[in-house]
Amino acid sequence: MRPHELLHPTPAGLYCPPADLYIDPVRPVARALITHGHADHARAGHGAVLATAETLDIMSVRYGENFTQSRQVAILGEAIRIGSVSFSFHPAGHVLGSAQIAVEAGGIRIVASGDYKRAPDRTCRAFEPVRCDVFITEATFGLPVFRHPDTAGEVAKLLSSLALFPERCHVIGAYALGKAQRLIALIRDAGYERPIYVHGAMEKLIAFYESSGVPLGDIRKVAAAERKTLKGELVVCPPSAIQDLWARQLPDPVTAFASGWMRIRSRARQKGVELPLIVSDHADWDDLCATIREVGAPEIWVTHGQEDALVRWCELNGIRARPLRLAGYGDDGEAETESVQAAP
Amino acid sequence: MRADLNSFAWLLDRLAYEPRRNGKLALITDYFRQTPDPERGFALAAMTGQLTFANAKAGLIRALIADRVDPELFALSYDYVGDLSETVALMWPVQHGGAGHNRPPPTLADIVEALAKTDKRALPALLASWLDALDETGRWALLKLITGGLRIGVSARLAKTALAALGNLQPDDIEEVWHGLELPYAALFAWAEGHGQKPEASDPAPFRPAMLAHPLEDEDFDRLDPADFTAEWKWDGIRVQAASGLNAQGLRITRLYSRTGEDISGSFPDLAERIAFDGAIDGELLILKDRRVQSFNVLQQRLNRKTVSAKLMAEHPAHIRAYDILFDGTEDVRPLPLAERRARLEAFVARHGGARVDLSTQLSFDSWEALAACRADPASIGAGPDADAIEGLMLKRRDAPYLPGRPKGLWYKWKRDPSLLDCVLMYAQRGHGKRSSFYSDFTFGCWREDGVLVPVGKAYFGFTDEELAQLDRFVRKNTINRFGPVREVMHSAEAGLVLEVAFEGIQRSARHKSGVAMRFPRISRIRWDKPTREADRMATIEAMLTKIEARASAP
Repeated sequence: MRPHELLHPTPAGLYCPPADLYIDPVRPVARALITHGHADHARAGHGAVLATAETLDIMSVRYGENFTQSRQVAILGEAIRIGSVSFSFHPAGHVLGSAQIAVEAGGIRIVASGDYKRAPDRTCRAFEPVRCDVFITEATFGLPVFRHPDTAGEVAKLLSSLALFPERCHVIGAYALGKAQRLIALIRDAGYERPIYVHGAMEKLIAFYESSGVPLGDIRKVAAAERKTLKGELVVCPPSAIQDLWARQLPDPVTAFASGWMRIRSRARQKGVELPLIVSDHADWDDLCATIREVGAPEIWVTHGQEDALVRWCELNGIRARPLRLAGYGDDGEAETESVQAAP
Repeated sequence: MRADLNSFAWLLDRLAYEPRRNGKLALITDYFRQTPDPERGFALAAMTGQLTFANAKAGLIRALIADRVDPELFALSYDYVGDLSETVALMWPVQHGGAGHNRPPPTLADIVEALAKTDKRALPALLASWLDALDETGRWALLKLITGGLRIGVSARLAKTALAALGNLQPDDIEEVWHGLELPYAALFAWAEGHGQKPEASDPAPFRPAMLAHPLEDEDFDRLDPADFTAEWKWDGIRVQAASGLNAQGLRITRLYSRTGEDISGSFPDLAERIAFDGAIDGELLILKDRRVQSFNVLQQRLNRKTVSAKLMAEHPAHIRAYDILFDGTEDVRPLPLAERRARLEAFVARHGGARVDLSTQLSFDSWEALAACRADPASIGAGPDADAIEGLMLKRRDAPYLPGRPKGLWYKWKRDPSLLDCVLMYAQRGHGKRSSFYSDFTFGCWREDGVLVPVGKAYFGFTDEELAQLDRFVRKNTINRFGPVREVMHSAEAGLVLEVAFEGIQRSARHKSGVAMRFPRISRIRWDKPTREADRMATIEAMLTKIEARASAP
């Protein structure tokens, strides 16, 4: 069997013919394996879903209990046989419940990473490299300009701004799944103990993280009447809310945004961000390269993001690589490349 | 706090994102408070435009990065980021534990000192060792500094205001002693922090903050008594202060300052060389040919030039029309009332004026009506052919001392043409046809009360071909964003370009975002000299509209 007979791209997503199922399909299918709960990877309406317990729970929180007709929990590291193919899930370090999926048949092992990161994060399990013949890597930050700095420095930037502008409210845009919780955890780990206020849209997922054993301290939902009284406080909201009427009612807000895209100045400016915080839940360039070396795969398939540069790097390093043009990813999580293009 | 280039870079980075004046002030003051001498002095010099590094060209930086990264990866990255310094700063390979890594990052002082004595051939290696030792933000700032591409939206005035806020000083206190102080300003910081003496202004020709006027409003006529005021033409040149005196060695030092304290002597050596008085006067810099005042367009040919040719100086000789006197010899006459200062000025100009300095005429009037007649027709009230160079009238209270800034109720300007607005350039778009390679369609805005610039109109004519080339250059050098064919140009309260826009009428419009529509708007002048924060406010437009509507509804 050749690798592309085991797994290949289709308009609906990565398809595995011998098991007749898809990984992270972008449209409803009979059988789906889901790497993690971000909306572009985890969609509602499939016939059957196999994913980690946390990912299944996150899908329930987001889409309601009926997001699929049947579901099966994948236990990390345990092989599940479907037809002639063996599947196993391994931590990806991206968000709570995120997993890489190893697909093995006929002596070939392909690992689909989903999205992953290598930086430390106490809100989810760390990435575990799995040796394989083909590694499918994401490339959201697949350009050598993307090097995420130490998160402690980014949090220090936020806390020093709070100290310098005690009369202003600091409002931080962060994605509701993963980013918000990690950011809050980092702020707590830096010793900030005051209440952190959150937008209503984030409440459920934060509660889910806490119930999964990720303590985040004193979290309060921002009540409408209360918005004007939040001077000197920290507010976390979805990115779409930072430029909204919602944020405008906060007292003289400093607009912050937590994302790997904040590394590029023109990106941050286009979004009208005043305090860019470079905090990402994806691997940066150095970590992408290190991971490719670590899994030891002789062949790399590169997907969603900046495929060309990473393919070039593989070539320079004598590793066979090709871009895997998969459509439909990148409208949630950090991969919001299109939505940052604002008109004047 | 570490006091190296990384921490200064951190400040620059924060300033670049902070839109609010007060936010910028707080950041700079905090930096000054936490950073020891002499580093903060070099930082102050960098922010006030006192440091120039003309050594490194973009080509050198490209060569450095080409030695270190794959050209294809560089091309992909540069294409994505769109800025050379930023791309190189981010891509620069960091060797953990390698050479340069153990070395501490350079301070701004190290960099200034080393660049001053480094040979061009040794520059690449020196630059590379610094880049190895700095973090990403530090590398970005270093590359921007040495290529002269640093745009942080901070004016010299703002940096001085932040310095004054270290203690109980006013920004004008800093201005008083500023010229004549030397890097790294340790005595100045000590004074600002309240533990040092006021530094001696050893400069015999320092800048003194200028007195500015408020626009005259219709209702002012009922409140003000014409007998309290004198009137002069408001000439359409550059407001300047000419200061001169002998230094400790007995050498004459003469400087021409713009009203914001910028030393513009270099552009007008023909004038500066001919000034030989001890003192300081306030006036309008004008080009006079055969004793006739030339239009601002003529004067403009002498601005923004690197070198001033003898031919240019001979064809367009610069003069000063004196309005006021600040220092008569070593005597500070600013506390005297205007009437007494005027007598001093007349005597001073008679003694020292020479061929290049003359007096601004005072107009006689006994009622506002009489003065309105002067304003409507300067040509027949003695201005003759010079009338074209008159922008309006200045009204000054006879009993007012000369005060820094824009004190209320003392000086008024009454502009000649009500259909003129000073707007700030915000966006530019490329033209069509033969202008397709030029940015020739300009969107401009006025300040809203909360300090936000609101676009009020678009213009694509009114300038000469030469002015178009200058505007195009300005747009390309000051682009902060691109949206397809449109470029967003730097337009903060501290940096940007003011355009004088002329139009034939203005009305409310629901179709325009600003709520107003201008008729035949055109760029009547490029105000290279005017600080953006002094551009017109939306309140001025609102007042125009109210007036027009009141007139329309009158029977």
